[in-house]
Amino acid sequence: MTGHDDLPAAARARQLEERLIGAGLTSDDEIDEFLTRLYTKASPVNGARMVARAWTDPQYRDLLLSDGTAAAAELGSDRLGYQLRAVANTGTTHNVIVCTLCSCYPVSLLGPSPGWYKSFAYRSRTVREPRAVLAEFGLTLPDEVEVSVWDSTSEARYMVLPSRPAGTGGLAADELAALVTRNGLIGTAPV
Amino acid sequence: MSYAAGATVRVRTGDPDHHTRVPRYVRGHTGVIVAALGRWPVPDDSARGIDPPRVETCYAVRFSAADLWGSGEHTVTVDLWESYLDRP
Repeated sequence: MTGHDDLPAAARARQLEERLIGAGLTSDDEIDEFLTRLYTKASPVNGARMVARAWTDPQYRDLLLSDGTAAAAELGSDRLGYQLRAVANTGTTHNVIVCTLCSCYPVSLLGPSPGWYKSFAYRSRTVREPRAVLAEFGLTLPDEVEVSVWDSTSEARYMVLPSRPAGTGGLAADELAALVTRNGLIGTAPV
Repeated sequence: MSYAAGATVRVRTGDPDHHTRVPRYVRGHTGVIVAALGRWPVPDDSARGIDPPRVETCYAVRFSAADLWGSGEHTVTVDLWESYLDRP
């Protein structure tokens, strides 16, 4: 079995790291700290907790929709390194996130992005025929629901705030958070 | 030139030979400002090592699918820096 260390990409990454460290732009410790934060903390659990809180706390919902970065910080996800913008699904609008230029994605709140998010097919088709793409994910929207696609081309990162499912009135915050999926936060699932 | 939410803008045409964040599919199309996001370095400058880069307001701009593609009922919202835009 070949270890990742043997891959040409790993050698290139290491060379790049060494050049950046040599130029005084970063350090081994800084890279280690970044990777530790990424691998131990970046998870869709973070986004799901924010959604559950927004479902139960109207003030937090307002904060999430007006200043997503501050809303993330309030639940412990600070130092995002990007501006978070949450877009809310309603009875008449369904949102879906894509990055047509590359694969921009709020990794710290949604975890590492799925392979399909980075695929040429998803990136090119979502802006052109989102209903067909969503249907392939098993999400068929009523005709009266407008689809709003967000192409992440800047320093902002987008996250969908799904609608709270019916019949969840008695659930506690952690039970609500458990209903929220990564795809729901991207917009390729209803929740 | 700054734009208020609701303003109509047209994306500049042209195909620069350097890095840019204007997707080809919106070039020359008319959209509506949804929000001003923040003031950030223009990537076309940063990518070319221009120091200091221009720092401009970046806007979320909404386009209708029918306009972009000739069909479709959805909208597509793209983040675009001020110098990517003109008044129509």
